[in-house]
Amino acid sequence: MPQELNYLKETPSQTAGPYVHIGLAPGAAGFDIYTRELGWDITGPNAKGERIRIEGVVIDGTGSPIKDVLLEAWQANADGVYAHPEDEGDVEDGFRGWGRVITDFETGEWAFDTVKPGRTRARSVGQQAPHINLWVVARGINVGLNTRIYFEDEVEANAEDPVLNVIEWERRRATLLAKRSERDGQIIYRFDIKLQGEDETVFFDV
Amino acid sequence: MNKPGEFYQRDREWHPPAYTKDYKTSVARSPQYSLISLQNSVSEITGPVFGHNDVDPLDADLIYNYAQPGESAIGERIILHGRVLDENGRPVPNTLVEMWQANAGGRYRHKKDTYLAPIDPNFGGCGRTITDQDGYYYFRTVKPGAYPWRNWVNSWRPAHIHMSIFGSGFAQRLITQCYFEGDPLIPKCPIVNTIPDPNAIEQLVAALDMNSTIPLDTIAYKFDIILRGRRSTLFENRLEGN
Repeated sequence: MPQELNYLKETPSQTAGPYVHIGLAPGAAGFDIYTRELGWDITGPNAKGERIRIEGVVIDGTGSPIKDVLLEAWQANADGVYAHPEDEGDVEDGFRGWGRVITDFETGEWAFDTVKPGRTRARSVGQQAPHINLWVVARGINVGLNTRIYFEDEVEANAEDPVLNVIEWERRRATLLAKRSERDGQIIYRFDIKLQGEDETVFFDV
Repeated sequence: MNKPGEFYQRDREWHPPAYTKDYKTSVARSPQYSLISLQNSVSEITGPVFGHNDVDPLDADLIYNYAQPGESAIGERIILHGRVLDENGRPVPNTLVEMWQANAGGRYRHKKDTYLAPIDPNFGGCGRTITDQDGYYYFRTVKPGAYPWRNWVNSWRPAHIHMSIFGSGFAQRLITQCYFEGDPLIPKCPIVNTIPDPNAIEQLVAALDMNSTIPLDTIAYKFDIILRGRRSTLFENRLEGN
């Protein structure tokens, strides 16, 4: 018998369940308990860059919107810097780069306001296209799903993005491109997530 | 300087798969295509940073954090405590741990929960804290009750506390559930049994910890949480460096 490696095993995941709001967004569950809920403000007041709103629904394999989802976003600032000591560079005071939203109990719509992130360094050479990392949990989802929001108008950057180019099927890459429009002077990106079936969103094992 | 690197690959055979038909809601909410494997970039190695300013010390005390003055939550008073470590056994300090649960009767304070067991007016059901320098966390709460749910005709969840942990990078993000030693509902639960390996299920069962009880006051359970480990950068002449 060789020596034992003695690594610990990661704690296994379980579903967040239908009442995830109690813990992570108690105001939505129907009660105020914390002086400050976390995750409502991704950018803080001083963020540079283009102000955008991202919105969508999460659709299950029957084609129905899911109404008990929680999504978390993690993104760089407009200069492509993450608010984390392991990235190089500084971010604006108050910029955290992380947020969480829940879907509306009646319609399943979710939305968050942020700034468009800049390009970030790639793992090896070059740069990644602007993107927002997204983590999706809900009742019926046993392990949180990782995906990325890219922007359809970043054509050149998307074409050389190392992650998009890992996806063999071009048609599947399109599931990660948020669609740009304008409403009342506000820039809106639409990003619907399909958990299962035709045009299923690409999910990553990160 | 030993710069931490990418995370160890997640063992997807240890975690539950997406499609677990006995947990019925997973059937229409599980992707059919394979996950696309990504080597970690800066986007996965980094993650949100929280500080003690983000939480109030009372947030970790569910017996009092929603109670009227002079009142407290009803139920079996417990301390739930443990360490957050990574797969290398290193503590994960200064990380946000959030939890939520039903009250002692199995009723959630949530507008979508219509179970006939009553709300406890002095119990909210959520808590949060930041691990200390050694990765320790603790909560004080009441032991949650079992509750019924619409899966099979007669399905009951074991007593459990939902736990949400961040770690140092977004790729470590984890939500799980903590169960309690000796609960006979654990082996019957289709959500527990989404996990294929019995040893992995045992990892979700908090142990009665008599050494940490407060005599004549509060009983204790210990629940350690393990997040993904990280490679160290042993050699600088990697083929691909960040």
